[in-house]
Amino acid sequence: MARKRLITAINEALVEELERDPKLIVFGEDVELAIMGDTRGLVERFGRDRIRNSPICEQTLTGMAVGLASAGYRVVLHLMFNNFIYTGMDAIGNQMAKLRLMTGGQMELPITVVAGYGGGNSNAAQHSDTAYSVLMNLGGIQVAVPTNSADAKGLFKTAVRGATPTFFLEAAGRGGEMGEVPDGEHLVPFGRATVAREGTDVTVVAIGRMLKPTLRAAKALADDSISAEVIDPRTLVPFDEETVLASVARTGRLVVVDEARDRCSAASQIAAVVADRGFDSLRAPVRRVTVPDVALPYASNAEAALIPGPERIAEAVRSVTEKQFA
Amino acid sequence: MATPRTDVREPAVDDATARTLHERMLLIRRAEERLIVACADGSLPGGVHLYIGEEAVAVGACSVLTDRDYITSTHRGHGHFLAKGGDLDAMFAEIWGKATGICKGMGGSMHVADVSKGILGANGIVGAGFAIATGAAWGARLEGEGRVATCFFGDGAANQGSFMESMNVSAAWELPTVFLCENNGVSEFTVTSTVTGGVLADRARAFMPVEVVDGNDVLAVRAAVGAAVERARAGGGPSYVEATTYRIRGHLEAEQHMLGGGTYRSADEIAAWQADDRDPVLRSARRLLDAGICDAAELERIDADVRARVEAAVAFAEAGPAADPELAPQLMFGPTA
Ligand SMILES: Cc1ncc(C[n+]2csc(CCOP(=O)(O)OP(=O)(O)O)c2C)c(N)n1
Repeated sequence: MARKRLITAINEALVEELERDPKLIVFGEDVELAIMGDTRGLVERFGRDRIRNSPICEQTLTGMAVGLASAGYRVVLHLMFNNFIYTGMDAIGNQMAKLRLMTGGQMELPITVVAGYGGGNSNAAQHSDTAYSVLMNLGGIQVAVPTNSADAKGLFKTAVRGATPTFFLEAAGRGGEMGEVPDGEHLVPFGRATVAREGTDVTVVAIGRMLKPTLRAAKALADDSISAEVIDPRTLVPFDEETVLASVARTGRLVVVDEARDRCSAASQIAAVVADRGFDSLRAPVRRVTVPDVALPYASNAEAALIPGPERIAEAVRSVTEKQFA
Repeated sequence: MATPRTDVREPAVDDATARTLHERMLLIRRAEERLIVACADGSLPGGVHLYIGEEAVAVGACSVLTDRDYITSTHRGHGHFLAKGGDLDAMFAEIWGKATGICKGMGGSMHVADVSKGILGANGIVGAGFAIATGAAWGARLEGEGRVATCFFGDGAANQGSFMESMNVSAAWELPTVFLCENNGVSEFTVTSTVTGGVLADRARAFMPVEVVDGNDVLAVRAAVGAAVERARAGGGPSYVEATTYRIRGHLEAEQHMLGGGTYRSADEIAAWQADDRDPVLRSARRLLDAGICDAAELERIDADVRARVEAAVAFAEAGPAADPELAPQLMFGPTA
């Protein structure tokens, strides 16, 4: 065990996987000098055939990932900011997400796309989206949203070794949080949520960057004798329905915290799953705490007012604990 | 990188124009120097991509445009905004994240826009301007009043596929689009030549007239863009102008934090582009002196005036109220019919 930043944990996973599999290739804009930090030192170690700066051409980069994968390589494509998936969308929506089915299962696509997501840094609307809900709707795309260094390393390794296009979204800015990372081989399975804090009164599912403010809210709520159970889904596709449903069966209440825009958010999907499969457990309406249906503004006060924070989360939790179906 | 032509005819500009061009460049320079300070002392909510060293491109180009012409800008857009007549106070207020900003604090440094002056906005998506300029040029052509759309873009952006697609549409439909490449040799931390096949200008040659100029010579840029604009206004279709220049500051301020000790260019290279005979602002000052248009005292007076305007803009920005968070939801949709 050693404490490392999330970005360092991803870097470590990359190094280990590059050593393990000589057919793993890493490419993207500025991966050599590592503008996001996670690919630092790789080109010096593994050479330019395997670690390669690309031109700025996302449409082609996503398409090349498909081609390179179909030619028998494992691919890590770095897209820098997840807003740039829109620039590279055809190969994501029409190729990666569909080719396995269209070829009757002939085409394996071991592609991991890495990108930063989320607001809070005054990066303005074109660099602050939380785009996983777009990806979740495409079908054949997996989505990981690690919240700590250990999971980042373990989920990254699982993504790289898989055969399905996977978007690995990292919290943008400053290299992420510090956290313990197990030494040596460490894989975290997809579709397995963790309980970040145990509780009895209400289940709060907190996605990605929203875990931290949610835990803060849970702490404050505990002072008011409200016991919140906080679940970190870790991956959105596949999604661990059972852990959430089992928790809601105990608490009878659900709040979902999501940095995506409200409409068709991951939170909406999770709320729908619980309405479908856990309706009998519910003792109060499900609440979603999300970004309203806006693009994030630049000014920090305006941005902060729109991104869920501990107060808004605590308020939502209180509102469902006060309510009770007859 | 193609070698700039040295034989481009420099139409003489009158003394007043020469002085105005200099003032505009100096305004951009001093404003951005002030942003270096503001960024370092933590006054700004977000990052800034500075244009220092490239001022002659925006100023030369915009000097042949009017408020009715369109420009599309980039993530490095302060210079384009100011050169096209955007208001410095409103730009600074925007960068400071204030309600008094040109975009009410919603856009910030990377998105300064003033549609009333044809400034269709700085854009955070590299290459987004190609198609936007082409669409604006189509509108201009439909309208038939001789407006043009100038697309500022970097050498890095030229590797986006939309560059070719937009040149094709502009050429096929004879649109008044001016593709203005600011070739500073780098894209973030990548030396663009390491990821670029062939010669950029040759891509454009397949579609339209091409001119490669010294982008640190404001008169050379003005002449080349002037010829392109004249052709476009007259219905002669699109042109490509490539201005060879250099970005003096980092990709964005405080880039060293992202480089982790790595480098992509040498200090000598940067210093060489800052020399008296290469820096666009110093060159223009020298030209004014040599031509007897200004004496040293007058140049100093111009500089003092510009600095005072910049400080006034800082005061305006600082005094403004914070952006209104309630505004964001209101701005997402237009009124219904
Ligand atoms: C679609 C897209 N891809 C990548 C980026 C990240 N990015 C921002 S600026 C930049 C380099 C642009 O280089 P160039 O076009 O030459 O302009 P310069 O910065 O040199 O002015 C990159 C890759 C982006 N903002 N948008």
